[in-house]
Amino acid sequence: MSDTVLRIKDLQKSFGGLAVINNVSFDVEEGSRTALIGPNGAGKTTIFNLLSGIYEIDHGEMILNGVELKNIPARDRINYGMSRSFQNIRLMPHLSTVENVMLGQNHLAGSFKDILYPLGLIKKNRWAEAAEQALIEVGLETYPGQVVADLPYGIQKRIEVVRALMSEPKLLLLDEPAAGLNPAETTELKKLLEKVSAQGVTLLLVEHDMQFVRDLCGHVVVLNFGEKIFEGTPEEVHKDPQVLEAYLGTSEAGKTEELNHAS
Amino acid sequence: MSSYLTGIIAIYCLNVIVAYSVFLPATSGQLNLGAAAFMIIGAYTGAYLNSADDGLNWAMIYSVPVAAVVTGIIGFLISFPILRTRGVYMILATFAFAEVVAGIVLNLEVVGGAAGFPVSSHAELEVLLPVTIGVVLFGFYLMSTRLGLAMRSIHDDENVAVLFGVNSRTVRVIAFTIGAMIGGLAGALYGHQYDYIEVQNWGILFSIYVLLYVLIGGTQTPWGPLIGALFFTAIPELLRLFADSTGWTLIGDARFAVFGALIVLMMVVRPEGLITRTFLELLSGGRRSTINEAVK
Repeated sequence: MSDTVLRIKDLQKSFGGLAVINNVSFDVEEGSRTALIGPNGAGKTTIFNLLSGIYEIDHGEMILNGVELKNIPARDRINYGMSRSFQNIRLMPHLSTVENVMLGQNHLAGSFKDILYPLGLIKKNRWAEAAEQALIEVGLETYPGQVVADLPYGIQKRIEVVRALMSEPKLLLLDEPAAGLNPAETTELKKLLEKVSAQGVTLLLVEHDMQFVRDLCGHVVVLNFGEKIFEGTPEEVHKDPQVLEAYLGTSEAGKTEELNHAS
Repeated sequence: MSSYLTGIIAIYCLNVIVAYSVFLPATSGQLNLGAAAFMIIGAYTGAYLNSADDGLNWAMIYSVPVAAVVTGIIGFLISFPILRTRGVYMILATFAFAEVVAGIVLNLEVVGGAAGFPVSSHAELEVLLPVTIGVVLFGFYLMSTRLGLAMRSIHDDENVAVLFGVNSRTVRVIAFTIGAMIGGLAGALYGHQYDYIEVQNWGILFSIYVLLYVLIGGTQTPWGPLIGALFFTAIPELLRLFADSTGWTLIGDARFAVFGALIVLMMVVRPEGLITRTFLELLSGGRRSTINEAVK
């Protein structure tokens, strides 16, 4: 049995009277590739936002590598080996590709010397070289000088993954990494994530593209209206009646439909 | 060099320095309409330390740096309440701070109150120019560091910068404090350039102009304040020269109306400022083609 990287237990979050996350528990095993799926509004991104500290949790536990995240401020959580990408690209539009990737190294630069080193003036430095190397590894060597806002969507998506990886995370959270990508870009992304996973990084991703999930992930957690309704392999997920109900509607609704047709 | 040209260069130097004092906080997304406050604090501290009759009679080489540091300390202290505000509220808070400072100094008899205060030592261009170049180089250096990267990240997307471990509050305090120091430096040098200071020089219009140097120049690169201050210093003078040489006195009389129209035009055509990174890329040439190469 492998170790648990992330344990989520009895997680609860309400906005006003609306419980968006209700008693959700699941574990993410070290080195695994876990997908978090569910219909729109199921609470997938909310879980990511709770993990990264954008929202505070109401109740429950989030334990990352044995550390309870609840009382750790958002900006320190990256020090515990967790990094993320975003559903809508959240790169810094006015920074270049390399500068965006260098932001991912931010918490690794601890000393005054690191912080006050003129990265932009002396181009040959270990930070920039590491950033460029990471970009080359994902096939983006032609982009370093360009301002990110001018780049195509698929490229930006990949840069976001590289930025998250630069912080050397043990757990990588990816919020809909394949959304909006064309088939070629999706294949490219899948190859990248497989490589990342092979290097020992645990992946937890929110994704709607089921083909992508089947190809990449060995473990699936399904949420609906803030509750976990299924956990298992991608093969099993299609046979689960509750999951089918969540995605295709209830049999009650089906009956109503039939009645409507009959009358 | 004619004294007219020397005068213009001196004004340009002071404008550039004070522009960087507003630029540094602006790169981390903080709009400061209180340039006048730091200018006043720096000018009066410097003048009081330097003045032979009513002050401490320090040499300029001590009075100017000390004035900058004192302004920096005051900027640091005031940054905590001011940085609690965002956007348009921050503009109001910094504006209010400038008004408070002006009000206090206006009633401070020890520095002459409303009558103004004389400055003993005179600073020629030989002093102003090297200091200006130093400030500009410092601006370029700071923007190239990881601290500068953090500042620009906060400007673009503060929430994400925080998730990557950027201590947003600390970085914004540092940017504001360094900005205050540079503003104090500009103020102290102003006193030494004109030998006489009075609070009325630094009203709301002054702060608006400095903020415009920065916004018109562009906050994306450290070239911004340099070009923005040049635009504001040179264009009115050029319009005057143009009117004198062509004999179109109407333009000479209405040059500030023409200038105003130019500002509006700039805001419409280049809302991100005159100098953007994409613009610099175009100048450096040919980088555009890389997109097509990589997309294939």
